[in-house]
Amino acid sequence: MEFLSPQEWQAVALSLKVSLWATLVSLPLGIFVAMLLARGNFWGKQILNILVHLPLVLPPVVTGYLLLILFGRRGPAGAFLYDTLGFVFAFRWTGAALACGVMAFPLMVRAIRLAIEAVDPKLEEAAGTLGASRAATFVVVTLPLILPGVLAGAVLAFARAMGEFGATITFVSNIPGETETLPTAIYTLLQVPGGEAGALRLVLVSLAIAMAALVASEILARRVARGIGR
Amino acid sequence: MTLDVEIAHDFGAFRLDVRFSAPAGVTALFGRSGAGKTSVVNAIAGLLRADRARIAVDGTVLTDTAARVDLPVHRRRIGYVFQDARLFPHLTVRQNLAFGRWFAPRSMRGAVAPDHVVELLGIGALLARRPRDLSGGERQRVAIGRALIAAPRLLLMDEPLASLDEARKDEIIPYLERLRDETAVPILYVSHAVAEIARLATTVVVLGGGRVLAAGPAGDMMSDPGHMRLFGVREAGAVLTARVVAHDMGDGLTELAISAGRLFLPRLDAAPGALVRIRIGAHDVILTREPPRAVSSLNILPAVVTTVSEGEGPGAAVGLLAGEDKLLARLTRRSVRALALAPGVPVYAMVKATSVAPRDVGAG
Repeated sequence: MEFLSPQEWQAVALSLKVSLWATLVSLPLGIFVAMLLARGNFWGKQILNILVHLPLVLPPVVTGYLLLILFGRRGPAGAFLYDTLGFVFAFRWTGAALACGVMAFPLMVRAIRLAIEAVDPKLEEAAGTLGASRAATFVVVTLPLILPGVLAGAVLAFARAMGEFGATITFVSNIPGETETLPTAIYTLLQVPGGEAGALRLVLVSLAIAMAALVASEILARRVARGIGR
Repeated sequence: MTLDVEIAHDFGAFRLDVRFSAPAGVTALFGRSGAGKTSVVNAIAGLLRADRARIAVDGTVLTDTAARVDLPVHRRRIGYVFQDARLFPHLTVRQNLAFGRWFAPRSMRGAVAPDHVVELLGIGALLARRPRDLSGGERQRVAIGRALIAAPRLLLMDEPLASLDEARKDEIIPYLERLRDETAVPILYVSHAVAEIARLATTVVVLGGGRVLAAGPAGDMMSDPGHMRLFGVREAGAVLTARVVAHDMGDGLTELAISAGRLFLPRLDAAPGALVRIRIGAHDVILTREPPRAVSSLNILPAVVTTVSEGEGPGAAVGLLAGEDKLLARLTRRSVRALALAPGVPVYAMVKATSVAPRDVGAG
């Protein structure tokens, strides 16, 4: 007998896919926003800071509902995306990825921002005097130096995305094979009589994935730290 | 090459208002802490945007607030050696050195031979290392090499030795002398150490309170009695150029030729025929009116008093001409009166051989 039923496997695979996409797509944006918050000096910086951190303090159900209003088929952003690109978030796995990405975003930005603030701006000045433009300085000096922070941010975001429940279920519901992720599957199993065994199996899988992610990030971070001469 | 600088900037509590020109060679920007030296250098590098400024190197305008010209830092091609080396920790020494080359315009890449720079600074053995594995002196040498290999129009050095101990300073200064003598890159050298300036500078600009207090060729500036207070009475001293004649193996002295005659100093590390630069501290010079007899001092140079400058205190600064070389002596006002020193009076200047320390002698 297999350890997991096909439907349980589906939930695990979907969760991995959703979290991976949520992490990868939000990573460049996360680095950009972290850079703005750490190094930028512009009007509205505090507003941006608050917006980024909002999902951390709002009840996830509220975030999910706001996403539904904005990105639902009739929402302003959702309708626009459907009309111009034919792209749909509502009740699709992409919507689950969006919800996970939004919920994980503050954690990612915080980790990366801390790493950027630890980089001595004097090194960036030195790169400038050696002929490197701001963009080039970012690529060859800042980015390599913040890589451990970026990795930590990505792992945190991935873990947060794997565990995302409230915003996901509110925004895209709980459709097996489309939007039923690990946490929602566990929740569903606990709602039906005799589902405890399945729920326990999924809990074990959750644990294994989380531990593997932590160990992998630890190894990577160590390797990177050696690489940047710390 | 000439560097033309005009900067005015209001820092609130402090106003910077300077104007000077620097010819080829090493121009020392001298002044106490807070004189505005680093601000001047940062404005030239483009790291400080001054209220009003005009900065041009060899006619190329880098900043001109009146004409709204302000080249970004990375387009200026001004090398900058910082007090803290600021090497990139994630790159090896070799990669740090190559950094500027990645961004230098193609046409400039041939201007500097990296191998020559590595040899000049003696950093060949360090290439595979990381900055964290270097000593302070090694780091600073790599930082100098990194700035040079980027083929800059001008090299700025902001107290590059200030963070090093005395032994490390003595280790680096000869490399800076070679830099001055073997490369064509003009250098603006910020320092508050008179000894460094005496060794390195061809031109001196003295800053104080955000203004230029004096500027001119290093030899004239340092031997001018009127400038003694600027450099500090304990530090002041004339700088003169001498040629090594011979080394006396018997008693460990080196014989040098200057325009006024011969000079004997403790053995120098220079080949016969080589030119050296010697700083003779003003308070190490004793003056007599009669040719002294039976004195221990080995060096007795006939000279003529050119200027006598008396200050508020008990001291006086006396400028001398020995042959064609200028000397500076610090005496008491009482001695000046006792010897009736005045411009035109012939005297004998005595300099103890042992009063010239090895670090006061550098490559001419």
